[in-house]
Amino acid sequence: MSSFTLREAASRSQTSAGRIRRQRHPLAFTLAAIAAAVVLLPIVTVIIVALSGSGADWPHLARYVLPRSALITFWMLALVSVGAGVVGVGCAWLVVAYDFPGRRILSWALVLPLAVPPYLAAYAFAEFLDFVGPVQSTIRALFGFERPGDYWFPDIRSTIGAAIVMVAVTYPYVYLTVRVVFLMQGRNIADVARTLGAAPSRVFRRILLPVARPAIAAGLSLALMETLNDIGAVQHLGVRTLTLSVYTTWLNRGSLEGAAQIAVLMLALVALLLLAEQLARRRQRFHVARATQMKARPPRTPLSGWRGFGAALIGLVPIMAGFGVPLLIFGRYAINRLHQASDPALAKAFMTTVSVAFAAALIAVITALLLIYVAHLVRSRAVTLLVRLAAIGYALPGTILALGMLISLARLDNFIDALARDYAGFSTGLLLTGSATAVVLVCAIRFLALADGAIRSGLAKLPPHLDEAARSLGRSASASAYSTLLPLLKPAILTGGILVFVDTAKELSATILLRPFGFNTLATFVYENASRGAVEEGALAALLIIATSIVPVILLSGPLTRDRDA
Amino acid sequence: MSATSFKFRSGLAAIAVAASASILPLPAFAEGVVNIYSYRQPFLVQPLLDAFTEQTGIRTEVLFLDQGLEDRIAAEGINSPADVVLTVDIGRLVNVKEKGVTQPVEDENINANIPAEFRDPEGHWFGLTTRGRVVYASKDRVDQDTITYEDLAASKWKGKICMRSGQHMYNIALIASMIAHHGETEAEEWLQGVKENLARKPNGGDRDQAQAIYAGECDIGLGNTYYVGLMMNNEKEPEQKEWANAIKVLFPNSEERGTHVNISGMALAKHAPNRENALKLMQFLSSAEAQAIYAEANHEYPVMPGTKVSETVKSFGEIKPDSLPLAEIAKYRKAASEMVDRVGLDEGPAS
Repeated sequence: MSSFTLREAASRSQTSAGRIRRQRHPLAFTLAAIAAAVVLLPIVTVIIVALSGSGADWPHLARYVLPRSALITFWMLALVSVGAGVVGVGCAWLVVAYDFPGRRILSWALVLPLAVPPYLAAYAFAEFLDFVGPVQSTIRALFGFERPGDYWFPDIRSTIGAAIVMVAVTYPYVYLTVRVVFLMQGRNIADVARTLGAAPSRVFRRILLPVARPAIAAGLSLALMETLNDIGAVQHLGVRTLTLSVYTTWLNRGSLEGAAQIAVLMLALVALLLLAEQLARRRQRFHVARATQMKARPPRTPLSGWRGFGAALIGLVPIMAGFGVPLLIFGRYAINRLHQASDPALAKAFMTTVSVAFAAALIAVITALLLIYVAHLVRSRAVTLLVRLAAIGYALPGTILALGMLISLARLDNFIDALARDYAGFSTGLLLTGSATAVVLVCAIRFLALADGAIRSGLAKLPPHLDEAARSLGRSASASAYSTLLPLLKPAILTGGILVFVDTAKELSATILLRPFGFNTLATFVYENASRGAVEEGALAALLIIATSIVPVILLSGPLTRDRDA
Repeated sequence: MSATSFKFRSGLAAIAVAASASILPLPAFAEGVVNIYSYRQPFLVQPLLDAFTEQTGIRTEVLFLDQGLEDRIAAEGINSPADVVLTVDIGRLVNVKEKGVTQPVEDENINANIPAEFRDPEGHWFGLTTRGRVVYASKDRVDQDTITYEDLAASKWKGKICMRSGQHMYNIALIASMIAHHGETEAEEWLQGVKENLARKPNGGDRDQAQAIYAGECDIGLGNTYYVGLMMNNEKEPEQKEWANAIKVLFPNSEERGTHVNISGMALAKHAPNRENALKLMQFLSSAEAQAIYAEANHEYPVMPGTKVSETVKSFGEIKPDSLPLAEIAKYRKAASEMVDRVGLDEGPAS
């Protein structure tokens, strides 16, 4: 508590210190300014496109499109909040607080659905629950039904259906962030409350949920932004969200400006939500003073017999939904196409996917570190806000962000080319948009929010006095960051990098717009088939996407497991 | 610990090397190449491009995009590597021209091969194949062998029609043709009627409508002709043959104005760096040889008069295409898209 007030006082006296700090760290500031400019480039371009529009689309949009799609989007977000929140927090608590058969496997397997792209999950769910799919066929065989009208079955091609698909693949974001918090402090403070006589439900409500709140918010905001920007799943399931109306406005009515206007509106909404969340917990901070805490931990509550079995079953449901169903559907198609495995094009697509994902992860992590570090140095609210906004590109539909990138980078390319032609007498062509650079950049920018969120929450868990102690012992800001904070942040940095890697490996819409000739990732490979109504031809590539992401996803459990013993 | 971290690091180094190798830019122009920006899936055009390379020695590079192709060429400006644009849908051909990323082509061979109704009057694009937007009808449950688009709004089909999203370009073009023929008011009443006849919320692709008829979810569906050909000949997923077998193809309005057809076509990019090669490709794709490949491999209708269609397509019967020029229909695309929103077609029957 005392360090908290000190910090408040310090930040108040430092409003004028910003300038001094800027002069003291010119390199960090210059680099951060460049990084922020690049990150904001596509977003600003989209805003400029939106402002250049006439607004002629609005009478139609406002009357026939937006009220409905805004409502559907609202319901999607509400359902995903509740769904991903309950599943993520529930599963995290299950594997942290209880011991039951299979708990160890569950604790990392619960992350697996993260490896499945939403568009593939939607396809798999639709196949699985379709009239001719295995579920309904079994029901018909069991009860002797024949035609669709003979019985009632919920329709997956609905808002609720789409929300279930999104929950199935995004709950791991919440699970990951919340589990870390529960591992680090949940049980200790819960035990204190219990010894003071609080009932378990009260402990969960009054102690654990508030403690986990920043983590829940961080995980949920990723799940919600992914829901908001999704086009593949909602298009396949016929759910008319705001993102879908961005596409119809652009493609069917030829109005890129109108599309950009809807997108910017969505962006403003997300910015407001993030801001509101930030304000709501401005005065809350939770630190773990590791050094002063007891090392030994009371054992998990063991569950044996049918209760243990039940716990394992509960933990298994989300994995089966988010991972099992897609594996089953695409596995069945892939078996008939194993000969594709020797296709050099597939091997090349695999290498390209891994390379791009790795490069994007590296760039995103470095950018996030740089921006967070500078915001940390300045401690000015404006800079902190700007840095948070930089990560907001995640909420934009991928194609729109990619268009912003394309328009601005191609302009830069042509500018450089014109300079070279005028002064050096040769043409450089399209340096950035003609190569994979644009793809890597746009993925790094799109998923910066993932790296930013992971590193930020890692930083928030460290007690501020660590850094302050190092500084008071005469270390400079950069030296203290390098020797004290960076090693402690290693798990968070790794987590952020892996999340960006996995999402880039799944990325489709931005890649397909910006890729150069002869550039195929696994996702574009799947899509080339899916878009001609033959998704089964891409089944093996789809499984490879999932496989590519599994290795890092399992790695993700590494830092978490180590945390447990800390 | 140090051993594993060493392994980890050398692994990272290997990935980094691979990354830099695959990220290097490819040359935009080279001797004997033609760069294709394509809305058509590479799989569909590859047999044609292979034949072209064999004949001329000119290599082809294909960049498949499904959205924003014209925006990309426009952004790339004078340095765009695009030589030609390949696309389906009249709306997209018109868009490419209107976006100003094409140049006119005046070529005797092409003009001789392609009838004027499938060419842009100013020469900015021409068609290569056509496909009919037809009615898939259940063999078991639908007796009639003729139908009109207008009929789809009749109350006898209540709860029996399946279709993909009304905002899909193929349906937009069909609705635009209804506006062109009947005017906006009458077309909207018709669309409202179709909506009320839907069996389920529009979703999936054209093949899914055939599957739904096979499953008994609906009796008739809207789809393109070539999908039936592809399903009938699908050796890898034999169940699709059963879907195709459950339906018959009805050519709407064949006794009067004709069936609505859409086209696939191509255009020459404004700043084509390999213009000569591009022209050779355009001539080749309009030739009898290429037209025959289109017909046989993709089950589309060639635009060149006198080219044979595939046996499968022949089995559907004769198609009589709507004679209204496609460029005329394309004018009503935006109106059609807005009408789909107004009527709430994609919300399904119950709303």
